[in-house]
Amino acid sequence: MKGRMISPGKVEGNAIVSTEPIGFYGGIDAKTGIVIERGHPLEGKKVTDKILVFPCGKGSTVGSYVIYGLKKNGVAPLGIINRETETIVATGVILAGIPCVDQIDITKIKDGATVVLDADNATVEVHTN
Amino acid sequence: MYLTKQEECILNGEHGEVMERMFRLLVRLGDIYGADAMISVGSVQVAGVSYKSIGGPGMEFLEDMASKGAKVKVLTYLNPAGMDLENWREYGFPKDFAKNQLRIMDAFKRMGIVVTATCTPYLAGNLPRFREHIAWSESSAVSFSNSVIGARTNREGGPSALAAAICGVTPNYGLHLWENRQPTIKVTVDADLTFNADFGALGYYVGKQVKNKIPYFTGIKDANTDHLKALGAAMAASGAVALYHVEGLTPEADLVEKKNLETISVTQKDITETYKTLNTGKKPDIVIFGCPHASLREISALAEKLEGKRLKKPVWICTSRMIKEASERMGYNEIITKAGGSVIADTCMVVSPIEDMGYKTTGVNSGKAANYLPGFCKQDVCFATIDDLVEAQS
Repeated sequence: MKGRMISPGKVEGNAIVSTEPIGFYGGIDAKTGIVIERGHPLEGKKVTDKILVFPCGKGSTVGSYVIYGLKKNGVAPLGIINRETETIVATGVILAGIPCVDQIDITKIKDGATVVLDADNATVEVHTN
Repeated sequence: MYLTKQEECILNGEHGEVMERMFRLLVRLGDIYGADAMISVGSVQVAGVSYKSIGGPGMEFLEDMASKGAKVKVLTYLNPAGMDLENWREYGFPKDFAKNQLRIMDAFKRMGIVVTATCTPYLAGNLPRFREHIAWSESSAVSFSNSVIGARTNREGGPSALAAAICGVTPNYGLHLWENRQPTIKVTVDADLTFNADFGALGYYVGKQVKNKIPYFTGIKDANTDHLKALGAAMAASGAVALYHVEGLTPEADLVEKKNLETISVTQKDITETYKTLNTGKKPDIVIFGCPHASLREISALAEKLEGKRLKKPVWICTSRMIKEASERMGYNEIITKAGGSVIADTCMVVSPIEDMGYKTTGVNSGKAANYLPGFCKQDVCFATIDDLVEAQS
């Protein structure tokens, strides 16, 4: 699949997929990489070293710092794939140096699938295990 | 995206490492969102100030910028901090937290940022004009400046606002462009709106319905700036509304195109239901007003209600340092303190560590606070009018 490059880099890993938007501030713990938002479909799951797939960001504009914090604390996802990346997530991944691509049909990515995210060429390859 | 010769030089590192890094972030955002060029900004408001929000990595990022000599080019204000920066000991803010919060403030000050710490910069000396391009980040301040003043800003992330302050420009896209400021949904209101809490409830309800659309309101007969502040803040929190128009009240309402819009209606019943939805607690341990930061008019109203009273349980009102000074002069602070309440500056209930201070249920008249307190501060919420909340603590 071809999308739009938000932040460069090439990574390969297992997908963790959320059908709901993610608000990083108050949504993911920057110290552990665990989703903490009450009632979120990924609540209690860890995003560390995964390819994090979700439709779009939501909530507080402080979210960029949480993404940066995840990276600095060594618990960041390997890469991020969105349907639509808004400024808050874009700023976070650019600063943190996390590869990110958007304008992808994320319904084609199943939770746990192996994904090659080549942000430099804005492509996403999905290998079903 | 078109860059001037001078801007190319910044990208080539001729203005130092910090400028290059920050400008690169702006160019990247401009390329992603289809900006044609950079535009100068009149002022900036930076979010990501509370140690509770940005943590150790955020603090180190800011200190690194400051130590490399980063300086802002335009008037730059800050979002609320995690505590009252002067009287934190008195109000029981934890010492370790205070130490880190003061390090953050020091880093901002070294960059030439005005260490104001308020979500209402427009009440505290940072007032943009109609059609002025600005780069603000706190969601209620973005909503107020876009909607009530008619200035133009996108919802900036903390670091992208800081980059705009350091470079003095922002990429020209989104709400900076007139075609993107047109309403995308019409909201007809038929309800009695008297208290700030009524506008908070309306905003919470509409934000949930319209998400990130641009609402055009009809049927709001009158509203002062405090009411509009409460309305916009709640819509930005429960949805992602960065701009709204109100027929007859906001400056762009007469100018925008409002034909053939999808319409939703809000009735008295919806407002009453919203009050019920937002009440997750029974009796407040603490009542906190001032989300967004209280105006002098709001502090004066609280002082009037507390005059000669003796509160049984704590009542805070949060505001900016500037408004607290004016309130001091008018004797409002003394009246509130004598009754057992506190006028707290520089912070608010959402970004301060109230859950670590022993509070479990918070009473508020703000739709925005009611939206955030359960998640960010693990609080149950009593959402009510100022009269009912003062009564509950008396």
